[in-house]
Amino acid sequence: MRRVFSLWDSTVGKKIMMATTGVILIGFVVGHMIGNLKVYQGADAFNHYAEGLRTVGEPFFGSGQLLWIIRIVLLAAVGIHILAAVQLVMRSRKARAIGYRKYEGDMVFSYASRTMTWGGLIILGFVVYHLMHLTFGNAHPDFVHGNAYHNFVTGFQSWPVSIAYILTMIPLGFHLYHGFWSMLQTFGATNPKMNHVRRPIAAALAGVVVLGNISFPVAVLAGLVGY
Amino acid sequence: MKLKLHVWRQNGPGNEGRFEDYVAENVSEHMSFLEMLDVVNEQLIARGDEPIAFDHDCREGICGSCGFMINGEPHGPLPSTTVCQLHMRNYRDGDELWIEPWRATAFPVIRDLIVDRSPLDRIVQAGGYISVRTGSAPEANNIAVPKANADLAMDAAECIACGACVAACPNASAMLFTGAKVTHLGALPQGQPERYTRVVEMVTMHDDEGFGHCTNHGACQTACPKNIKVDYIGRLNADLRKAKFRHPAG
Repeated sequence: MRRVFSLWDSTVGKKIMMATTGVILIGFVVGHMIGNLKVYQGADAFNHYAEGLRTVGEPFFGSGQLLWIIRIVLLAAVGIHILAAVQLVMRSRKARAIGYRKYEGDMVFSYASRTMTWGGLIILGFVVYHLMHLTFGNAHPDFVHGNAYHNFVTGFQSWPVSIAYILTMIPLGFHLYHGFWSMLQTFGATNPKMNHVRRPIAAALAGVVVLGNISFPVAVLAGLVGY
Repeated sequence: MKLKLHVWRQNGPGNEGRFEDYVAENVSEHMSFLEMLDVVNEQLIARGDEPIAFDHDCREGICGSCGFMINGEPHGPLPSTTVCQLHMRNYRDGDELWIEPWRATAFPVIRDLIVDRSPLDRIVQAGGYISVRTGSAPEANNIAVPKANADLAMDAAECIACGACVAACPNASAMLFTGAKVTHLGALPQGQPERYTRVVEMVTMHDDEGFGHCTNHGACQTACPKNIKVDYIGRLNADLRKAKFRHPAG
């Protein structure tokens, strides 16, 4: 454990922490999208899935216990990810206290890498809203506890809400694209024979998650998912 | 050709700097960029003004002394080229050029376009060496080096420590430089005994010198006049991880 903590001593170590927590969060985002695909199987299947999230792990765990363990792990991952990011960004601001009059931004490999900080902040804000909207329900006009399908459909029937969800998927896509590639780089997963597939895999991951998530509000607005 | 120059002038480390405008006239396309500045300086000296100070030595693109930003790009627009090997045929009559020193808190400006790059030397001093018993040189073929490792070490050793990677990096990180040094020695059999202490020491010194962190932007690789690849940063990252978990010292 001392070795894990000693990672915090260096910028590279902090990046390893960010990459590790990033893997956990990528796993969540992918699982969240795949789980929500059940909405296309109708109200019963979706509500059964939502209830299943609480009962998963039974009989080893009581109702909601494993869910809470996962939530705590996710919260810790988010916390470490953000803390490392904030410390590193502050540090890099200081590392170039005087900026350039002219700077050729095209030198960077991809637009995505330059949006990580702002994209991360937008995603954080979105997550807070999303939890209040479809988990706690206090930002939802017609929230019914235990009826996830109803909350899903009535939530996305609002155009402004759906547009906000869809727009947030753009920075999420960039964040996943650069984050995944960057994670491989930070773990030192560089193999001359495999390097050319790292970018396409990152793009595919980001594309699948973004398209899957965007399909939900679009399906509700188009009337494909409803009553 | 005639060029309009905006050059950063600064008297010393603690002084305020400013851009001064100059016109470079009768510039031949055969001149190197530094020769163009030499001509401008001759005119400044003739007028009784202070010439523009810039670092240079070999002017063959191999010593790593020269380098500054031209329109926001380290060593100017050509790939794999130091500013001494950048020729004026790459510019056209009437071009407007902004010339600035490397900008990094770790690289204080000494004068005009000259910055203090000794933090890079200190990173090397922290671990960029192989401790050997001196004495007569051993038989060259006693230690077999696989061809792939020899090539990797040679490619990484191309780094001339000019500082362009730091200048290009949006975070002013020196990870490409440090990665090249770690890769160079870590790829060779002679570098193995100190491989995992080396990476920790060099990264610690890199951070202590006030360089930023690597966010894998890749601007360093684009700017590098010696084609150092960000893959070497990946190797550094892997070595640091192994140093922490697989080969922890002490």
